[in-house]
Amino acid sequence: MSVRPAPLARPAPVAGRPLSLRGLLEREGAFSWIMLAPGVLFLLAFVAYPFFYGIYLSLQDRPVARAGVFVGLANFATLLGEGVFWQVTRNTFVYTLVTTVLKLVGGLAMALVINQSFRARNLVRAVLLLPFIVPTILSTIAWMWIFDPTFSVINWALVKTCLVSTGFSWLGNATLAMVSIIVVNTWRGIPFYGITLLAGLQTISPDLYEAAAIDGASATQRFWHVTLPIIKPILIIVTMFSVIFTFADFQIVYALTHGGPANATQVFVTYAFDLGMSGGQLGMGAAAALTLLPALALVIVVLALYLRRE
Amino acid sequence: MVGGRGFGARLLRLYLPLAFFLVAMLFPFYWMFITSIKPNRELYNARIMPLIVHQPTLKHYVDLLTQTNFLTWTYNTMLVAVVTTAVSLVLGTMIGYPLARMRFPGAAVVAIGVAATYLVPQPLLFIPMADIINRLELGNTLTAVMLTYPTLLIPFCAWLLMGYFKSVPRELEEAARIDGASRFQAMTRVVLPLCTPGLLSAGIFAFTLAQNEFLYALIFLAKSNVRTVPVGAITELIRGDVFYWGQLMAAALLGSVPVAIIYSFFVEHYVAGLTAGAVKS
Repeated sequence: MSVRPAPLARPAPVAGRPLSLRGLLEREGAFSWIMLAPGVLFLLAFVAYPFFYGIYLSLQDRPVARAGVFVGLANFATLLGEGVFWQVTRNTFVYTLVTTVLKLVGGLAMALVINQSFRARNLVRAVLLLPFIVPTILSTIAWMWIFDPTFSVINWALVKTCLVSTGFSWLGNATLAMVSIIVVNTWRGIPFYGITLLAGLQTISPDLYEAAAIDGASATQRFWHVTLPIIKPILIIVTMFSVIFTFADFQIVYALTHGGPANATQVFVTYAFDLGMSGGQLGMGAAAALTLLPALALVIVVLALYLRRE
Repeated sequence: MVGGRGFGARLLRLYLPLAFFLVAMLFPFYWMFITSIKPNRELYNARIMPLIVHQPTLKHYVDLLTQTNFLTWTYNTMLVAVVTTAVSLVLGTMIGYPLARMRFPGAAVVAIGVAATYLVPQPLLFIPMADIINRLELGNTLTAVMLTYPTLLIPFCAWLLMGYFKSVPRELEEAARIDGASRFQAMTRVVLPLCTPGLLSAGIFAFTLAQNEFLYALIFLAKSNVRTVPVGAITELIRGDVFYWGQLMAAALLGSVPVAIIYSFFVEHYVAGLTAGAVKS
């Protein structure tokens, strides 16, 4: 029997590599996009879509469980016309600015303290970060009791040391309620600044300090002219992250004061929550949440540009 | 770092500020603990010295565990945190890897998009998200939070891991490829094992973030048996004007324990995750 070669059992190979999955996965572009697809699709569905859907909602009069009516910018006009909105804006800025300054100064101080050598240093550093890792709502519950009108331990201490004759109503007084949420936010945030800035301090070579000391620089001068310039990039990034998250804070204010008394501690997110969730006005709530965006976008763009430059 | 001048200087520069920070940072936890073991007659008596317990009791813990759904809340919290951390770690790796190590069309757009989703906070999304979850009829299910938590965690994981992925030398990967490894094998057998510390950091950080999440859980979980610990504690241990302080503190303490334990085992990885965004590696 003569063996003839089978006449073209396989189709002629297409120019380039065969289009098998394996071959495809060897191409950089295809591999990248196959890897990216699930995550990117997820983020498109659950971040990008809600974001734009939120803009769409903000242009509607939309009570929960009813169809919306397009109202243009009426929701924003209503918000801007209300005194409460401007109070909320002021509250949010005060809250963010004051806590940021306190956290920055306190965190830098903490970093400088725990950067020295002492016994059980690692344990101390680990323990100091606890306020930041414990779920915020749970630690705020402890603070609720610390600020209790009748049984506040702060009041007890103030009265015992004869600084005041009767205790304060921490969460019932407009100014003190703002002080209270600022205290708790600062308490939770200082370790974040402290530990990240510590990482920055650890990158500074001791030789620099020695050189500065030999040149006759005092401790204060060394701080301003050696320490600070080196940790400046970290300082800026940490601060901006913290600003973004403080500006959009919800948990501490919601748990401690619910925005009260009489909106004295109402911030953007609790306000949007009240309108959209408690009040059931999704359109108004979405509009209120979006008013966060301009200020936030500014910080985000600055941060993104800065990170890029780094 | 700065030359000391004896004990006095050290006291001023180290011990006093250190003591201040330790007391300020830890007092609320002490207060939480001590309140949770005080009997009600001590809790609600303003005349008793409040800083110590006179007759400790476990009554609040017993009540919390027997009269509320606390154990269910704990189970829910852990389940959601574990699932969302795993999902976010996998998807975060799949996003971070090509962005860190590949050149392909569209890379810049994806990178900016991921950074934007990382920085755009949840408060901008929760109201539309509430409506979407409603329309999907996922209200009062753990699926609702399992779908939404990764929106916070994936960008974070991807961002954090990119730094680690970039740090693996290209030569190692090329050597594996010459030996016949596919791109995928080079990733799973060469690059990922070298990035174990990064994966640990991202995982631990994501886990604590998931435990900390409150807003979505508050909105989506209105039934007691699907609640997480923070939502359950704040909605069910406060009824109207009545605060069950002892149980609240017991819940706060017990709810913090899982995070604290995991944190204590992986402090370095947690700190690495925390600082990776700020300190260039």
